[in-house]
Amino acid sequence: MNDVSGPKKPRYSQLLGDKLWRNFVIGLPYFWLFLFFLVPFGIVFKISLADPIVAQPPFTALFDFGANAKSWLHATFDNYLFLTEDNLYWISYFNSIKIAGISTLLCLLLGYPMAYGIARSTPTVRNVLLMLVILPFWTSFLLRVYAWMGLLGKNGMVNGLLSYLGLIDAPLEMLYTNGAVYLGIVYTYIPFMILPLYATLEKMDLDLQDAAADLGAKPWQVFVDTTLPLSMPGIIAGSMLVFIPALGEFVIPTLLGGIDSLMIGRTLYDEFFVNRDWPLASAVATVLLIILVIPIMLFQRSQQEKE
Amino acid sequence: MNRSSRFVFSALCFGFAFLYLPILVLILFSFNDSSLATVWGGFSLRWYSALLNNEQIIDAALLSLKIAAVSATFATILGTMAGLALTQMGRYRGRLIFTGLIAAPLVMPEVITGLSLLLMFVSLQELIGWPVSRGASTITIAHITFSMAYVAVIVQSRLGSMDQSMEEAAMDLGGRPMQVAFDITLPLIAPSMLSGWLLAFTLSLDDLVIASFTSGAGASTLPMVIFSKIKLGVTPDINALATLIIGTVSIGILLASWVIFKQNKRHKEG
Repeated sequence: MNDVSGPKKPRYSQLLGDKLWRNFVIGLPYFWLFLFFLVPFGIVFKISLADPIVAQPPFTALFDFGANAKSWLHATFDNYLFLTEDNLYWISYFNSIKIAGISTLLCLLLGYPMAYGIARSTPTVRNVLLMLVILPFWTSFLLRVYAWMGLLGKNGMVNGLLSYLGLIDAPLEMLYTNGAVYLGIVYTYIPFMILPLYATLEKMDLDLQDAAADLGAKPWQVFVDTTLPLSMPGIIAGSMLVFIPALGEFVIPTLLGGIDSLMIGRTLYDEFFVNRDWPLASAVATVLLIILVIPIMLFQRSQQEKE
Repeated sequence: MNRSSRFVFSALCFGFAFLYLPILVLILFSFNDSSLATVWGGFSLRWYSALLNNEQIIDAALLSLKIAAVSATFATILGTMAGLALTQMGRYRGRLIFTGLIAAPLVMPEVITGLSLLLMFVSLQELIGWPVSRGASTITIAHITFSMAYVAVIVQSRLGSMDQSMEEAAMDLGGRPMQVAFDITLPLIAPSMLSGWLLAFTLSLDDLVIASFTSGAGASTLPMVIFSKIKLGVTPDINALATLIIGTVSIGILLASWVIFKQNKRHKEG
């Protein structure tokens, strides 16, 4: 053991320190997310099995070991039964899936050519365009939704422009419609679609496309047979980044949608803040989470493939 | 230009016009003299002075800035640790769950995160008497939780693309992991940590839904005040406020990215 060039053998205290450091770096963020992200879902599920009561907090306890308790476990599926009985919830869930799905498709249709164009420009132009995609992502989401309220309103810019051009006689109803909700979602979520698409398109080796073109494939054939399948990871990541949060969207349907633009995020919010029925709101959230399990697993897989 | 590149070019033009025109119109109308929010009545700064005299908005803005600064700092520390734990710590038990815990907050609908955190705080209060009341501190904990995931992703992607030979050399020379992390790794990823902090700061400043759930009586953040005003329609003083916020954030981001760009360039040249 007289190897002078090798590292000194660490002392026992140093090894102990290394282990402590490692446990600290892994343990602290793990513990935080476990406590404030994972455990809360369990509590939501627990409260979804409770009865609402007029008290503080407004729900019954799951376990009751009191002397005059009829049984120690107090769980009910009434909240879930109620969800299936009232049409409001069916319509909310269905509308949310429809609106989020169509908006995701629209984001993809507009975002794909944009990401493609950015990935294929010269490095300087590319950096500027990327910056332009990222910038709105940093500026206030709430205020960007608000900007459309001014544009789409009865006396808004769009109606003003259309009547100035003589295209319409009376102002169009655009604000407080489903159309405005689609527009708002595409507008606020499109950077989330463009960025992962750009990341896969930029890394893509162009040899395959060149080979296909050399062999006589038409441009659309090259696209459908090589570019599109190769960019699938980006399509999945981008679509999930849009679809999942859009499904539970609250701000956009509330500010831009009409009374009939029911989305589950808004229903949950009202159930909690207006009706103050915490157990029912928890049941709504639990069902929403179950709907989201598969999309979230798809998203996580796409994130792991990146590593 | 052939047909397909002409199509891509027009998609880019349309897309960027779509992204930027609404914001530009909003900024323009913040200088509008008319109290009708959508009819042009000449240039004026009256909505800006009205804003400065609105105590409710000033108080809410100060509270939001405080929460954003504290939560961004803690989120950067925890998120950087999470980034290190995911890239440099090899295998350990529960790593798969950990990656899921980092990825899920990025996409989780805000109503779910908000509701679950509130119910968590209520249960904790019943169980151990803490938190005594809900307000700035519970909002801060909620913001740390979702923004640390964003910081972790930024730091993780930087660590993943980084050359690790410096760390390996330091370890070969007998450096202990903690020493190497502080002397080598952290200085190298400092720009990503700065981006992470800025992102966490703006995410916190912008959050409405999670803050509404986790706040108690009395503590109203800026988005909560804005939301209660714009629910009823467009108001010109919010246009002015929006211009101030969007202007400040844009200038901050452009400056930060310019600094990072310069540093990277010097790094490559040096």
